Amino acid sequence: MDTASPKSASPGVAVEFQHIDKRYGAVFALRDVSLTFGAGECVALVGHNGSGKTTLLRIAALLARPSGGLLRFSGDGMEATGGDIAAKRRIGLVAHHTLLYDELTAEENLILFARLHGLDHPQQRASAALGPANLSRRARDPVRTFSRGMRQRLAIARALLPGPGLLLLDEPSTGLDAAGQEWLGEVLVGLSKDGCTIVMSTHGRRDADGLVTRAVRLAAGRIQEDSGPGGNPDRVLASALAGSEGS
Amino acid sequence: MSLLRPTAILLEKELRSELRSRELITTTFVFVLMVLVLFSFTFDPTSTESRRFGAGLLWLALLFAGSLMLHPSFTREQTNDTLAALRMAPLDPVAILAAKILANFCFLLLTEMILLPVFAALYNLRIIGVLAPLFLVMALGTLALSTVGTVFSAVSSYARMRELLLPLLLLPLLTPALIASAEATSGLLDVSPSLSISWTAFLAAFDIIFLTVTWLFGEYLLEE
Amino acid sequence: MAQAHASSTLSPASAAKPASSQGLETIGVALLLAIAGYCALFVAPTEATMGQIQRIFYFHMPFGITAFVSFLISFYASIAYLRTRAPKWDLLAVSSAEVGVPFITVMLVTGSIWAHPVWGIWWTWDARLTSTFVLWVLYVCYLLLRTLIDDPERRAVISAVFNIFAAFDVPFVYFSIWFFRTQHPQPVIGGGGSLDPRMFDVLVVCWVATLAMLGLLLRQRYRLEALRHEVAQLRMEAGSPGEQL
Repeated sequence: MDTASPKSASPGVAVEFQHIDKRYGAVFALRDVSLTFGAGECVALVGHNGSGKTTLLRIAALLARPSGGLLRFSGDGMEATGGDIAAKRRIGLVAHHTLLYDELTAEENLILFARLHGLDHPQQRASAALGPANLSRRARDPVRTFSRGMRQRLAIARALLPGPGLLLLDEPSTGLDAAGQEWLGEVLVGLSKDGCTIVMSTHGRRDADGLVTRAVRLAAGRIQEDSGPGGNPDRVLASALAGSEGS
Repeated sequence: MSLLRPTAILLEKELRSELRSRELITTTFVFVLMVLVLFSFTFDPTSTESRRFGAGLLWLALLFAGSLMLHPSFTREQTNDTLAALRMAPLDPVAILAAKILANFCFLLLTEMILLPVFAALYNLRIIGVLAPLFLVMALGTLALSTVGTVFSAVSSYARMRELLLPLLLLPLLTPALIASAEATSGLLDVSPSLSISWTAFLAAFDIIFLTVTWLFGEYLLEE
Repeated sequence: MAQAHASSTLSPASAAKPASSQGLETIGVALLLAIAGYCALFVAPTEATMGQIQRIFYFHMPFGITAFVSFLISFYASIAYLRTRAPKWDLLAVSSAEVGVPFITVMLVTGSIWAHPVWGIWWTWDARLTSTFVLWVLYVCYLLLRTLIDDPERRAVISAVFNIFAAFDVPFVYFSIWFFRTQHPQPVIGGGGSLDPRMFDVLVVCWVATLAMLGLLLRQRYRLEALRHEVAQLRMEAGSPGEQL
């Protein structure tokens, strides 16, 4: 598998959370979270299940509305608060669910999203995206027939289509075999070189060697530890790893 | 345009998906057919009687079938959270609703076109001379059902008991459209058929108002 | 989206009044109702054809109109909520819808009570009654919908949208049923013909009393809802340290 390098990669997008709260009913998923991820950073979000990682990513993806606080994006000539359609062009998400239509083929899924993003030559882009994900042979098969690993690779390919400046990933190596994980690693290295901002939630295991520049640990919806933009993420990652192994 | 083009793209996706499975159209067709057959046992379907009851029964059957068929509109998007993918795309969220409204409109209308001759045959009604106005009335009535039905399918997708909730919410709200459609259709099935301008205009007004309300407030339904 | 901090807790304390003033209000409304009742029973002239039972009209009509006022308030509150996301509007929306429902019920029941001695029927599908019945169902559906959504914010948003659709539907309901009835007539309960001026005066008195009652009930209901809301907020604040999703 070759390294996927998005054709239209551009300098990264910075995202700023200011005193973000998110409530679901009686429960606070996030409590007074203030963070800034600078353009080009590669951040690992660590913490147990239920610590608020997914919620934070969904808010950054403009899917969930914060109950309180402000969200701001900047970079690449874009000054946008969440809600602008313009902001959505630069953000990609690999989520818990595949976000794919089972009854459509792999190719059709990619073409659909390429068109929705207003990309030109959707057909070519779709074909080009399938190759590195090792899905070209199955391009014309409905996603329904795909294995978990294949769906995950397709989901990643979909997130990469518009050449995002901010890529959000929620435990992206779930379901991937060794080859798939290696491909993911190459993708992230390539993106990082192009200046894309990457925020990835993990359980603490190293998803991409040497790639992560910062680690932030969440617990019960609050920030517990943050290695900071210039700091060393290893300690935070290690403590999260130890935490998850111990529990 | 962040509304028209995405609506067209999504509409194509909805039609393509349904064309693959054809689940909705076939099930709706059979359901309405069964209801019409059952109704025929409640009265003697001679031409005279049918002219009195037929139109109302047809629309009632369509209303029930529609409220069942419209339910998966949004719950389908919850399976793989594809709704999230659509909401993340740089488009007006109303486009998502608009595409589904139009798609459901097409499915329902197609089902009705196939059903009409069967209905006419079963109930001894003449539709040959009034095909064009009949099509107009069916289209306007179906648009009402599709618009409100799709919006409420989104509404009920967040609630418990959603399968029961959707028909429950639709029935009182669509009462005016039901009355108008049934009356207009009845007029066309009469011995000397005539198209009621008042009822047709009423239906058109209903459709315009509720499409506008959807356009103004629909996006709130897609929030998280 | 520029987010204001989530609205600070409502203070029903400011909405609450000292018990003495609440009591005064209640007495005031009760007085008005007593006056209205007296007028309806003794001041108003006896109707020529229907006799004494017609007096029920003096409550049948005002209750109907007042319910409308309540639903109008609910509609306005729903729009305000979607615009501002301030919880107080959601509280007002549900309060006014809930208070409106019994008023409608009374209107329908008095209609039925009126119909029986006069026409020998318990119900007629005349335009006004039928439309009001559909209106009743619509708002019961609104309340039912609310009980079926657990998350408070989502419940507020979704039910607000439903409320707006329902409100726009109301004129269509009334018009379609009225127009249908002109073509398929049924016995009509009350309403036809002009009103004796004394009757009109009594009607106004009754209407004022009914509106006062609405005001009282609505304020009580709103206070109750605001308190519930505040309790929920406090529970959340208290429960959040170490709270797991």
